[in-house]
Amino acid sequence: MKSKGNGFRIYAILYLGFLYAPIVLLPIFAFNNSTVISFPLVGFTTQWFQALVTDTSLLLAVRHSLIVAVSVSILATTFGVFAARATTRYKFPGKGGLMGMIMLPLVLPDIIIAVALLGAITNILGMKLSLITVIFGHTLIATPFTIAILNSAFQSLDRSLEEAAYDLGETKISTFRLIILPLVMPGIISAMLIAFTISLDEYIIAAFLSGTEATLPVYIFSQFRFPQRVPVIMALGTILVCLSIVLLTVAEYFRRRGIAKAGGKSSGGFL
Amino acid sequence: MTSSPAAAAPTPKAKRPLIELRDIEKYYGDYYALRKITTDIREGEFFSLLGPSGCGKTTLLRCIAGFEELSGGNLLIDGKDMEGVSANHRPTNMVFQSYAIFPHLTVEENVGFGLRREKATKEDKARRVAEALEMVGLKGYGKRAAHALSGGQRQRVALARALILKPKVLLLDEPLSALDKKMREQMQSELRKLQRQVGITFILVTHDQEEALIMSDRIAVMFDGVIAQLDSPERLYRRPVSRKVAEFIGIMNFLPATVTGTEGGQIQLEVAGLGAIAIDAEQCPGAVKTGEASVGFRPETMTVLFEGDPEPTRGKIAGGEVEEVVYFGDMSYYDVKLDGVEKPVQISMRNVVGRPVLGRGARIRIAWEAGALVLFC
Ligand SMILES: Nc1ncnc2c1ncn2[C@@H]1O[C@H](COP(=O)(O)OP(=O)(O)OP(=O)(O)O)[C@@H](O)[C@H]1O
Ligand SMILES: [Mg+2]
Repeated sequence: MKSKGNGFRIYAILYLGFLYAPIVLLPIFAFNNSTVISFPLVGFTTQWFQALVTDTSLLLAVRHSLIVAVSVSILATTFGVFAARATTRYKFPGKGGLMGMIMLPLVLPDIIIAVALLGAITNILGMKLSLITVIFGHTLIATPFTIAILNSAFQSLDRSLEEAAYDLGETKISTFRLIILPLVMPGIISAMLIAFTISLDEYIIAAFLSGTEATLPVYIFSQFRFPQRVPVIMALGTILVCLSIVLLTVAEYFRRRGIAKAGGKSSGGFL
Repeated sequence: MTSSPAAAAPTPKAKRPLIELRDIEKYYGDYYALRKITTDIREGEFFSLLGPSGCGKTTLLRCIAGFEELSGGNLLIDGKDMEGVSANHRPTNMVFQSYAIFPHLTVEENVGFGLRREKATKEDKARRVAEALEMVGLKGYGKRAAHALSGGQRQRVALARALILKPKVLLLDEPLSALDKKMREQMQSELRKLQRQVGITFILVTHDQEEALIMSDRIAVMFDGVIAQLDSPERLYRRPVSRKVAEFIGIMNFLPATVTGTEGGQIQLEVAGLGAIAIDAEQCPGAVKTGEASVGFRPETMTVLFEGDPEPTRGKIAGGEVEEVVYFGDMSYYDVKLDGVEKPVQISMRNVVGRPVLGRGARIRIAWEAGALVLFC
C-alpha cells in the first residue's frame, strides 16, 4: 500500500515541477541584474520593474488588453447567460444544430477563425482594425466556454424555484433577478473569469485584428526581438502570475461561497 | 353538476363552487392529457385528485395554478374566468413536490417572499411571517438558512410561504411523497388540521389512496385524463362506480354475476358462490343493465364463522375452504375458495383473544350481507 502511494507522490511532484519550474524562473530573472537570461545570477535589482512602469508603449498595451478582456468577459458572459437560459428552458426547432454551431469555435483552430474574421471585417464589412474588432473576435471564441459553464449552472437549477417565485406574485423579470441570478452567480463569475483569461492571453486573433492597437501578448511577442527587453518582460510576467493567482483565489472563494449558500457540496471546480 | 354519474352525492354543507372547471382540455403536442374535465370545487373544502401515475393530476393542478395554458374549456375561480390571467395574478398558491425552498434565503425571507409586493410596514410583515411560522410549528426558526432544514421542516416552510398570502386556493402536488412514513402520517393529520383552521380550499394531488381517504372532504379519481368518480371518501370506498375505481381504492373482491331483472328499486341477481339475491338499486352506482355483470365486496364485509360462534342474526351463510392465511398481528387475511367459484376471495378478520387462526384446507362458513355488495354492469 505504501509504495503505491509513493508512486503517486513522485508522479505528482514531477508533474508539478515540470509545470511550475519555468514559471518560477520568471521572478528569479525579473530581479536579476543582467539582460542575459542564464545562471549564475548576477545580483538583485528592481530596475526592470521600474522600467516597466515608465515604458509607455507597454502600459498602453496593458490598457488595450484590459479594455478588451473586460469587454469580452462582459459580452461573452451576457451572451452565455442568454444562450444557457434558452437551451435549458425553451424548446425550439433546430436547437441541437444551433447549439452545435455556437460551440464550433471551441474546436476550430484560432488561426482559421482569425483569417476568416480578418477577411470578413476588412473586405466585406469594410471596418477598420481596432480594439473593437479584437473584442469581436475574442467574444466569438470565449462565448462557447461561457455557454458551457453557464449551461451547467442553469441546468442544476430546480425549475420549480422559478415557478414558486412567479406563483408568489413576482414577475418573470423580478423572478430572474431575485432567484435565478443569485443562484447562478457563481457560474457567472466563473464564466467572466474564464472569458477574461481567454481574452487576456490570446495572441493569434489579436495579432490579426488589432491593427495598430497592440494588446499585451502582441506587444510582448514583438519585444522578444530585442534581447535587452527580455528582463522587463520577465518582470511583467511576474506581475501577471501574481495577478492570476489572486484572481483565481477570489473567483474560487466566490464559487465556494455560492455553493455553500445554496446548500450544495463543492465538487471540484477550477481549484 | 358534473360529468361523473355519482358526483351529485349529498355533502353535509352544500357550499358555493369556488373553482369551476368547464370542459377543460389539455394537449401536449399530440398527447391528449386532459379530456374535457368538468367539475366544481367548493369553497373551503379539502379536495383531492387521486389517480395512477400519468393520469393528468399534476397537469390539472398546474392548469388551475396558471402554469399551463388550457387547450380548451374554461376555468373560473371565484366566478372570474382565468383565461389570460397568469400564475402571479391568480388567487392560488402552490406547494411544490420538491418544496422549491429558495436555498439562498433564510427561512424568514422564504416565508415572507410573497409579501415583497405588498404595501405594509416592515413590522407588519415581520409579524405576519412570525405568525405563519408559528402556525406551521416553526416558531423560532426564522433566522435559519433554508437549506439547513430537514425534509419535514422544508415542507412546513413551503406551506407557510404559500399560506401567508391568504390565497383562495392552496394547491399541493404530492407534498408528502418525499417524507418517510412516520413523518408523512404526522403531516397528514397536521395538514388536515391546518386546512380546517385556515378554512382555505385545499386541492391535493396524490397517488396514495390512503392519504386521499384520510385527508379529503371529496376525492376525484382520475384515469387517463378524465375524472372517473368524484365523491366523499366513504362513498368512494363503499360505492365505487366502476371496477377500475374499486380496484384503485383499497381491495375489492369480484364475483361473476348475472342480472336477471330490475323492479321496484330492486335488482335481481344470480351471484356465483352466493346464489340468487336481490339488492338495492343504490348498490349499483354505475349504469344497470341485464346480463353478464360482476359483484364486488370489500374483504372486511364478510365474516369467517368459527366453531362455536353464535349464528349471525342477520345476513346469509356461504360455504368455502381456506386456501391461504396470512397472520398479521391484529388482523388475519384469508384467501377463501367459495363453493362454486374458481378464484379465491380475500376476507380479513380482526384477531380476537381465544379465537384460533384457521390453517390451510379448513372448511369454513362465511357470513355475508347483501347490503355490502356493489354491482358493476
Ligand atoms: N410538459 C409536458 N410535455 C409533454 N407531455 C407531458 C408534459 N407534462 C406531462 N406530460 C404527459 O402528460 C401526462 C400526464 O402527466 P401528469 O404529470 O399530469 O401526470 P400525473 O398524474 O401527475 O402523474 P404522476 O403521479 O406520475 O405525477 C403524462 O403522460 C405525461 O407524460
Ligand atoms: Mg404528478
